Amino acid sequence: MADGAAPVLDVKGLRTVFRTRGGEIHAVNDVSFHLNRGELLGVVGESGSGKSVTMMSLIGLLPSPPAEIRGGQVLLDGRDLLQLDDKGLQEVRGAKVGFVFQDPMTSLNPVFTLGDQLMEPLRKHMGLDKTAAANRAVELLELVGIPDARRRLKAYPHQFSGGMRQRVMIAIALACDPDVLIADEPTTALDVTIQAQILELVKELRQKLGMAIIWITHDLGVIAGIADRVMVMYGGQVVEQAPVRELFANPQHPYTRALLKTIPAISGPREDRLKVIQGQPPILAGAPTACPFRARCEHRHDRCDRENPARRAIDGQTVGQGHDVACHWSAPAPAPRAEAAHA
Amino acid sequence: MLTYTLRRLLVAIPTLLLISLVIFLLVDLAPGSPASEIPLTVPPEVKAKMIEAMGINEPVHIRYLLWLKQFFWTEPLYAIDAAFGTNYADGAPRIISYSSKVPVMDYIGERLPQTLIVIGTAYVVAILIALPIGIYSAYRQYSWFDQVGTFVSMVGYSVPTFFTGLLAIIIFTTWLGWFPSIYNTSLEVVDWETFKQQVRQMFLPVAVLALFNAAELSRYTRSAMLENLSQDYARTARAKGLSERTVVLKHVLRNSMIPVITVITLGLPAVFAGAIVTEQVFKINGIGAALIGAIHVNDLPVVQTIAFITAILIVLFNLVADILYGILDPRIRYD
Repeated sequence: MADGAAPVLDVKGLRTVFRTRGGEIHAVNDVSFHLNRGELLGVVGESGSGKSVTMMSLIGLLPSPPAEIRGGQVLLDGRDLLQLDDKGLQEVRGAKVGFVFQDPMTSLNPVFTLGDQLMEPLRKHMGLDKTAAANRAVELLELVGIPDARRRLKAYPHQFSGGMRQRVMIAIALACDPDVLIADEPTTALDVTIQAQILELVKELRQKLGMAIIWITHDLGVIAGIADRVMVMYGGQVVEQAPVRELFANPQHPYTRALLKTIPAISGPREDRLKVIQGQPPILAGAPTACPFRARCEHRHDRCDRENPARRAIDGQTVGQGHDVACHWSAPAPAPRAEAAHA
Repeated sequence: MLTYTLRRLLVAIPTLLLISLVIFLLVDLAPGSPASEIPLTVPPEVKAKMIEAMGINEPVHIRYLLWLKQFFWTEPLYAIDAAFGTNYADGAPRIISYSSKVPVMDYIGERLPQTLIVIGTAYVVAILIALPIGIYSAYRQYSWFDQVGTFVSMVGYSVPTFFTGLLAIIIFTTWLGWFPSIYNTSLEVVDWETFKQQVRQMFLPVAVLALFNAAELSRYTRSAMLENLSQDYARTARAKGLSERTVVLKHVLRNSMIPVITVITLGLPAVFAGAIVTEQVFKINGIGAALIGAIHVNDLPVVQTIAFITAILIVLFNLVADILYGILDPRIRYD
């Protein structure tokens, strides 16, 4: 997509806080990003980095209390979703924004037929009658590669395997032709061969339907295969953002660099141990006043303890458009490509 | 499902036979004999004849088989005769109450309506108030509504009905005089006035029993709902843009019904056993009172029959519960 076109989704300064008995947890801190039409944005980060919470905040899927959205804007086609009431949000969810969750084994309701669950959003958002909805449901199941779809409408989730259920989840998310599909680790709970099938399916559907996709994962290999652009999250913040090739070739943030090092090499001599990033992700009690990654960072210096780094562009474009990073330290110029992957 | 139901019905037969044997033997082994109820003024030879006529000098297995025959063959024939005016039974000996000398089934038939009306109403009222309370408490967990509901449930469930019953009588009958404390069994509802009277005399026992049952049921509903509200599929339903009403009352409720159905169906036989204590407190002349009375006077046929009918109901409602599970949850369809 051309840079000039208005993004379908534009998130500005999003803050989400969980109020717990033990105090507040600042799960999402000033997160800004945008999603262009037809683009696939990969969101990477380890568990607890705020990836899922960010995406669920967008369409009000977090239970409140304890979650509370403290600020920011979520502009979907120019309309701020955070200003909508419950009813307004319900009209967005499932219609404009589709959501696929991590665990297909538990994400479908076990006591209703797949057809019933698939037809619900069709009847609610598109106002289809029973027959029309059933026909559309059959189309959708065929679209996600489930054979003998008409008979399968009467099947229950327990009669399907994990991969098949995830296909159904995707069909549900796509039911009303959403502008944005948010996939929250959709392949994490699946074994590798099924994972590959689902990835292929998404690539194919993207070509057919042309919707924009946000793909949350902690698997950099998956991201390399499908994403146009990557956003790396850590401690509830965006720490680096770049087009996918740029990010893999020229990682800037020490966290991104460490993440890339943890990918085990398939070829070459076998390493003794898998690489890990030492330490634990931070507990986000309180608004950040210092770099969240400092405790685990090998380039830490005084400023990191005093000041939470703002995102800065490193390629002369505005922040969010090209390659930007939130770090006080400047990475050395990229080494030749072959070495960069193992830097 | 049909195969499953039939299979379960067939399995129920040996179960019930075994239960009937146990009940028969237990009652038989219990101390006291119906013969001891015969006044001492009766001459010994007359007494011997009476004992022979009652059949209590026969060996135990003969008596058991005769009782089985009466229960499963003779009594149904009489029931058919009564319903269609036929004469299949042809004067065969029925199960007769020792103390009142009337057929036990007729006796139960007289008592049953009181129990069904009062205790049954209480049960229905309990379900009708417990489900909404449990659902809303879970949906608004830790809200003031939930806190109050939890407290009332705890009190309602932990205080026995003979206490709440007496308390209600003191407050509403003795002090306020709003409701009668004694249930008038002979009242017949013929017009508006008697209907009001009936409602008034039912109010206290129904309220006391409903509070007790609703307390238990609302707790089960609440915990089942809580467990399911946090499930992934509830989030999926919300992500589809469904209204909270649909999410909670369709997706979550259906999944939460299994433990609730268990409590409701397995509690139902208790309705027939008559919530014995409550019947005593409010002097309701129902099945529970009949059972207590029969135990006091060693009226073995009545005790056996009521106990066995209760056993049949328990087995039956177990089956009903299992069938309902299958309807509610496709994973529990057994064929």
